[in-house]
Amino acid sequence: MEYLIDIVLLGLLMITGFAIVRMRSLLAVAMLTSIYSLLSASLFVVLDAVDVALTEAAIGAGISTILMLATIALTSDEEKAPKHTPLLPLVVVIATGAALIYGTLDMPHYGDPTAPVHQHVASTYLHDTPGDIGVPNVVTSVLASYRGYDTLGEVTVIFTAGIGVLALLGYRTRRRNIQGPGIRKLVVLRVIAKLFFPLILLFALYVLFHGDYGPGGGFQAGVIFATGFILYALAFGLGNAQRVIPHQLLRIMAAVGVLIYAAVGIESMLLGGKFLEYRVLADDPVTGQHLGIMLIELGVGITVTAVVLIIYYGFVSRRD
Amino acid sequence: MELLLDILSWACLLGGAIFLLIGAIGVLRFPDFYTRLHAVSVCDTLGAGLVLVGLMLQGGLSLVTVKLLLMFYFLIFTGPTAVHALASAALQGKLKPTLDEHEPE
Repeated sequence: MEYLIDIVLLGLLMITGFAIVRMRSLLAVAMLTSIYSLLSASLFVVLDAVDVALTEAAIGAGISTILMLATIALTSDEEKAPKHTPLLPLVVVIATGAALIYGTLDMPHYGDPTAPVHQHVASTYLHDTPGDIGVPNVVTSVLASYRGYDTLGEVTVIFTAGIGVLALLGYRTRRRNIQGPGIRKLVVLRVIAKLFFPLILLFALYVLFHGDYGPGGGFQAGVIFATGFILYALAFGLGNAQRVIPHQLLRIMAAVGVLIYAAVGIESMLLGGKFLEYRVLADDPVTGQHLGIMLIELGVGITVTAVVLIIYYGFVSRRD
Repeated sequence: MELLLDILSWACLLGGAIFLLIGAIGVLRFPDFYTRLHAVSVCDTLGAGLVLVGLMLQGGLSLVTVKLLLMFYFLIFTGPTAVHALASAALQGKLKPTLDEHEPE
């Protein structure tokens, strides 16, 4: 039965991929990439990787599509016909693909219990997490505690991306609030947006602070939080959204998130542990781990929210 | 009782599947954007709604049913709103509906 679902999902993924390559209308391509992400998210659910699925659904199908549409609104929605023949790229792609498939022949089968990955690190994490960290979601424990350095690096990458977009696109403060098609046309959208705006923020907070018990964490929560504000901006205009959460504040928030993360590391050093060694944060090691994970997830969430909104504001504020 | 619930839930699931199929055929067969939207909204409300109700009957009184209820709640609000927004955006973009030209005067 699971095979059937796999085959259907992978088949749809392939069809979507070919459709993306063939399409010339970029609007349609943006929607198709969103569908592609949603299909990948479903595949991740089938593979029991719910954390990744949540990320893919929120970022791939949600935010990226909005950002792509915002980009298309600035540029053109028609792809230029290529001037060169597609033969050489086709040969390169086929050669790379063949090499990759050849490479997979040596890999252990999916779910093979004797595969190296199940013998070595993964089993250690699965075995040690209940005693060391005491959170039910092993993904969170690996991401936030065992691999805390990597995650700090990832947050810094996101922060850098935000700075990059700010440097490239800039931001126009002086703008009037464009009302668009008039209040009467948007009234349904606005009522529904008002109804769902608090629910989306609440859900984001749930995903953030429930991340060590269920799927979720700072990255997903940050994106969902930002989506709430983007919905608000779409229904009520960018000007009103900026009155709720101004651009100035976002720039500070983006830095504050990374700083919270790093400060937790330095705090644990000051308390006599190593950098990002959370167990010294409280009297009880497990409580310390909980506290550390919660704080760094909060930092991640703040940075991700701020950067996503900075990018969105950056694109939309240029459309005048 | 168990059997009755099973029958009801399967009836809902099958009904939902049929509506989804009808909606999909409609999207492919209808002549213009607005009529296609009409087909899509059938998928969103009746199709997905009935499937969710069917699953709720299967779930019984549990946390799963509460989650499904929340999804149902979201769908019945967001689906029609999305279709409404699409239709008004199309109207705003001066997209004319295809009309029957042989209409009697």
